Amino acid sequence: MSQLANDLDRDTLIKELTEEARQLRIEDIKMLVAAGSGHPGGTLSAAEMIAALYLSKLRLKPDEPGWPDRDRFILSKGHCVPIVYAALARIGTIPKEWLGTLRKFDSPLQGHPDRQRCPGIEANTGSLGQGLSIAVGLAVAARHDQAPWRVYCMMGDGETQSGQIWEAAMLAGRLGVSNLVGILDNNQVQQSLPVKEILDIDPVAQKYRDFNWHVREIDGHDVGQCVDALDEAETVTDRPTLILSHTIKGKGVSWMELSADWHGKAPSEEEGRVALDELEGKISAEESRKRFEALQKEGT
Amino acid sequence: MAKATRESFGEALVRVGEDERIWALDGDLMKSTYTHLFREKHPDRFVECGIAEKNMIGVAAGLALAGKIPFAASFACFIANRVEVIRMSVGYTDANARLCGTHAGIGIGDDGASQMGLEDVAGMRALPNMAVLQPCDDRETQQAVEYLVDHRGPAYLRLTRQKLDDVNGDAYRFEFGKAVQLREGNDVCLIGTGATVHEALRAADELDAEGISARVLNVHTIKPIDADGIKAAAADCRRIVTVEDHNVAGGLGSAVAEVIAQSNGARVTILGVRDYGQSGSAEELYDAYGISGRHVAEAARRAVSGSP
Repeated sequence: MSQLANDLDRDTLIKELTEEARQLRIEDIKMLVAAGSGHPGGTLSAAEMIAALYLSKLRLKPDEPGWPDRDRFILSKGHCVPIVYAALARIGTIPKEWLGTLRKFDSPLQGHPDRQRCPGIEANTGSLGQGLSIAVGLAVAARHDQAPWRVYCMMGDGETQSGQIWEAAMLAGRLGVSNLVGILDNNQVQQSLPVKEILDIDPVAQKYRDFNWHVREIDGHDVGQCVDALDEAETVTDRPTLILSHTIKGKGVSWMELSADWHGKAPSEEEGRVALDELEGKISAEESRKRFEALQKEGT
Repeated sequence: MAKATRESFGEALVRVGEDERIWALDGDLMKSTYTHLFREKHPDRFVECGIAEKNMIGVAAGLALAGKIPFAASFACFIANRVEVIRMSVGYTDANARLCGTHAGIGIGDDGASQMGLEDVAGMRALPNMAVLQPCDDRETQQAVEYLVDHRGPAYLRLTRQKLDDVNGDAYRFEFGKAVQLREGNDVCLIGTGATVHEALRAADELDAEGISARVLNVHTIKPIDADGIKAAAADCRRIVTVEDHNVAGGLGSAVAEVIAQSNGARVTILGVRDYGQSGSAEELYDAYGISGRHVAEAARRAVSGSP
């Protein structure tokens, strides 16, 4: 299995990517249930963008993860790597059977990205705030070499509070590395509370603009907007691009949405079945919530 | 001719910089770290990161992941004390980056505690794949930099602000991981690294005049340490005195003691800094903090006489 054909008409592409995003969410929930731990909220919020990247935008050779001219994707919000594993399995870089080993002893699928253990992972992240610096280094090297590949870095809104992100943003803007695309998965909630209640990062678009970035704001759950923004970034020639992707933490599972409770807790098997039924369209959001609440009552 | 190892580093970097894979990164200290020499010669492979060392370390990691060989330089305290970023983005990621910490220890003198790198070796040594090098003179520094071009894996190079006399002669060849025996002797072994190699040599002269035969080892590679050379010293001399311009915890002395603890043993005296430092001249401070030749000689005498 490889990435989607690049000659699809736009409507078909959008339709297929929307379905791919749904499938990534389903795999994600299955992985987290099997692992018994992990981060559903920030993985679900990133599904459309990850689908747009791995199934369409990134120039990759799925069976040759070390191909020198591949585009580089750095997941700065490393705790959300399960949805990337799902994408790597989908395009065939890693075997699908690996997904069931997430977070298990000796698994290639560590709880956070590990490039030595898992093909297709570019940098070890998970200590938040560090990925953009690595992406800038890669972009500087590629520009110097006039290499064809581009660098993409997905960050979280919570980690945007980290000083190192702004050190990297300032340098990238100063250097004008136009082969760098930052993607801010602005899912509004961090581990403990909403981002606005912990340490508001807004107006984050203006901050990046002030640092000489081109900024495009999108609804990150609209795959068409994801694709358009990624395409637009390729037309910018004098500065890096930030895609400010407005998303909903836990998107797709109604009772996880915008809830800090589901930042870093895996659903139980029963909860997972409800989540999967909702993602697979077997039950409505309302029914899903009812069944979830019933499970909570049983549990108490 | 006496020369600061930071200056030797800057000169060597320009020379190895003829290799297109070599990059230099600066955090607004280029004239202090001598990376300005590289900037003049190879401006297209020089990245000025500003006073933002965490980012500089990450950018170096990114360059390394793209196949470059980056040398990121700053004061030892400003670069190596960003341990957590180095652990993730360089160490655990296994990025082939070189981090260069100049202005090591209390030897920087007047600037005082805030600029003194005194815990850097401990932090770098604890990272599993990080090599730690500290050369003791111009020739050794030049050769260490040349070596680092083709070294595989992350490395930390520790350099001095103050000038150091030449120790090694024309025939010297730097050998990674192999301590250099500068003096023969069997009563006690004095082990130094970087600037303190010179203090060990001074002590050996003093002791020699008293009829105590002191072996002197220059441990330019603190990690991986030359366990064989240290075990041989323990077997032959039975008493070891280490001296370093670094905190007594986690540096050269700890590395030596770890080897000895897993051998047949020897008495080990660890001389190093136990404080954050203060302003003064390098000579004054070395004496006040107990790491000058006089203190090394005294520690050796006590070891030889068996006094506590």
